[in-house]
Amino acid sequence: MYEARQKIHPREVSGRFQRLRTAAVFLLLGLYYLVPWLRWDERQAVLFDLPARKFHVFWLTLWPQDLFYLTALLITAALSLFFFTALFGRVWCGYACPQTVWTEVYIWMERWTEGKRHQRMKLDKAPMSLTKFRRKAAKQFLWVTFSLFTGFTFVGYFTPIDQLAVKTATLSLGGWETFWILFYSAATYGNAGFMREQVCKYMCPYARFQSAMFDRDTLIIAYDETRGEPRGGRRRGSDAKAAGLGDCISCNKCVQVCPTGIDIRDGLQYECIACAACVDVCNEVMDTMGYPRNLVRYTTENAVSGKDSNLLRPRILVYAALLLAVLTLTVVSIASRTPLRLDVIRDRNSLYRIVDAGYIENVYSLRIMNMDNNPHRLTVEVSGISGLDVETEPASISVPSGAIEAVAARISVPPNVASGGHDILIRITSADGSLTVEEPARFMAPVPQQ
Amino acid sequence: MSSGWSWFIIILTLANVAAMWWLASSHSKRRPDEPKADETMGHVWDGDLQEYNQPLPLWWLMLFYLTIIFGVAYLFLYPALGNYKGLLGWTQLDQYETELKQARNRYSGIYDRLAELSIDELTGDEQAMQIGHRLYVNNCSVCHGSDGRGAPTFPNLADDDWLYGNDPDAVLASIVNGRNGIMPPMGASLDDGTIDNIVQYVLSLSGQPHDAAAAAAGKPMFGVCAACHGMDGKGNTMLGAPNLTDGIWLYGGDAASIRTGIVNGRNNRMPAHEEMLGVERSRIVAAYVLQLSREAAP
Repeated sequence: MYEARQKIHPREVSGRFQRLRTAAVFLLLGLYYLVPWLRWDERQAVLFDLPARKFHVFWLTLWPQDLFYLTALLITAALSLFFFTALFGRVWCGYACPQTVWTEVYIWMERWTEGKRHQRMKLDKAPMSLTKFRRKAAKQFLWVTFSLFTGFTFVGYFTPIDQLAVKTATLSLGGWETFWILFYSAATYGNAGFMREQVCKYMCPYARFQSAMFDRDTLIIAYDETRGEPRGGRRRGSDAKAAGLGDCISCNKCVQVCPTGIDIRDGLQYECIACAACVDVCNEVMDTMGYPRNLVRYTTENAVSGKDSNLLRPRILVYAALLLAVLTLTVVSIASRTPLRLDVIRDRNSLYRIVDAGYIENVYSLRIMNMDNNPHRLTVEVSGISGLDVETEPASISVPSGAIEAVAARISVPPNVASGGHDILIRITSADGSLTVEEPARFMAPVPQQ
Repeated sequence: MSSGWSWFIIILTLANVAAMWWLASSHSKRRPDEPKADETMGHVWDGDLQEYNQPLPLWWLMLFYLTIIFGVAYLFLYPALGNYKGLLGWTQLDQYETELKQARNRYSGIYDRLAELSIDELTGDEQAMQIGHRLYVNNCSVCHGSDGRGAPTFPNLADDDWLYGNDPDAVLASIVNGRNGIMPPMGASLDDGTIDNIVQYVLSLSGQPHDAAAAAAGKPMFGVCAACHGMDGKGNTMLGAPNLTDGIWLYGGDAASIRTGIVNGRNNRMPAHEEMLGVERSRIVAAYVLQLSREAAP
């Protein structure tokens, strides 16, 4: 059992929420296409440099060791989604989801080339003609061009976009660059051009579990049945009440504008992405009819059934508290991050060495990672046992920006001060005093024979 | 794998794939006895939750077929079916060797330049010393220490005392071919008193506190030792026999350690690194080690 998809041709809308959605499209896509071109100190401001394993995000340079922040980002994103969904329903789907945003743009292109809804439907049914071919070709040209530009921009987040632009213009792209540009272009083209609402209906995991975040106080889009029914057509100016009709005039515009092709008057359905196109179009109709607005409106289940809606409920407070906690922790840890790391690795060839005059020596390998954007000269200090002394090879340590140096450190104590194992602390400090990192280590000394 | 198991795997795998195809195609048509698309299957949960017999989206079905086609192609292109080698002739070993070749090509430019220089010239070359340091840390520091100063039984490389001499070629030979430093055990052929006397004499050679009378008695017995360590006890770099007069001891310089060495002998091994490093890299490590030694004793 299978069925082919019936293509949905959403009717164009204008109104308050449509303006908001258009603004969201321009803001989000504007950011997406502009950000790779921003510069920051001689480098691209946002660059995910995979071969060098460094993520540059404006003033921050993240190393693989900072993967923790990715976790924080994912947790923040998840909690934000829970929080905003519980409050405003599928506001993400309707206004901000890439699937929605790009689809919107692709529908605009369809409209420019093939005309309004009824014209598009007629064109699809019509036999192939020169006009049809011209219109379809123009649409495909726009779609493909925009897809390629999207793919190009995407790759520009991972490899310097100015060089990528030059390479693209001179047709000298590398194999992988070409592959990923084409791959991402094809994904954009397929998703925004063809899959559209099917992604939301069949594939999107968030759409599957969003109902778990809804409660009776969550904002949904609903049709006011008590006011609208019984629906029916009527002449302008006729007294509908006397004829026993509700306010819905059965114009079906709410079905025509719906990007997922549902009828909002059947109640809340899982396909609804809360884009509010039906709200806008119904308000337009109500205005022409001289009826009050908001026959289809943003409301809550409680409000629909005549109960009070309350904004602050336990679920919201818990989500908000968690979100605030995670955000605070993330911001604090990023602000207090030291772009210098030290790993201490004890030499394993012997526990200790006894050198001239009975001094006891332990050798460590210090791995020093300079994650800062400037080179640093560093000094090493040790503490933990009285009389501890440290010598490094090389004696003066300087680590270039973004490099990892292995430095041998000999730590010694005078005779008869230590026996057995001791905890010590190795501290490296940059010459300008701005960076300092401590790492614990273990010092081994012989235990005197009884 | 025997051909019986091989065929077992091939038949099982392909039968499974075929069964998948049959499953997808047989369920993509409505059987006459099934409910229609908008009819329920007759199951009811929680009073009002019913299951409809709704059709699959076409693209979903197509994806299912595509994955089967991909899977079959993969099975035949790569060695996936029992003993069958696959149409592409791909093997893990080939891939490993290809990548090894690629890495060699990538770095050959650097090594080509360094191959032109003698080991002595390499010690003065900054890039060679950086590479040498990294190679040392990865391959040598486990035994000889991060600072190269060794440990008991692992020679100190950062001083000017060399068992096999400080000639660059000797150091390179140690790294490439390895060394086996043997002191034969003498316990069976000497009595205890004689051994004690020899120990006292050896202590006297390096100027340590000793029993002068015993040392004098041990001196004539040193002839056997002199075959390798020399009459003056200064060792022999041809044999890797240590110098007994310089206060540098590989196994410890106290009477007990010396005695153990004479009675039981010593057998020390430096592993050959030709397989791991190759001669080109070994030259760079040799230069790095020599530079460590020259820094210590200019």
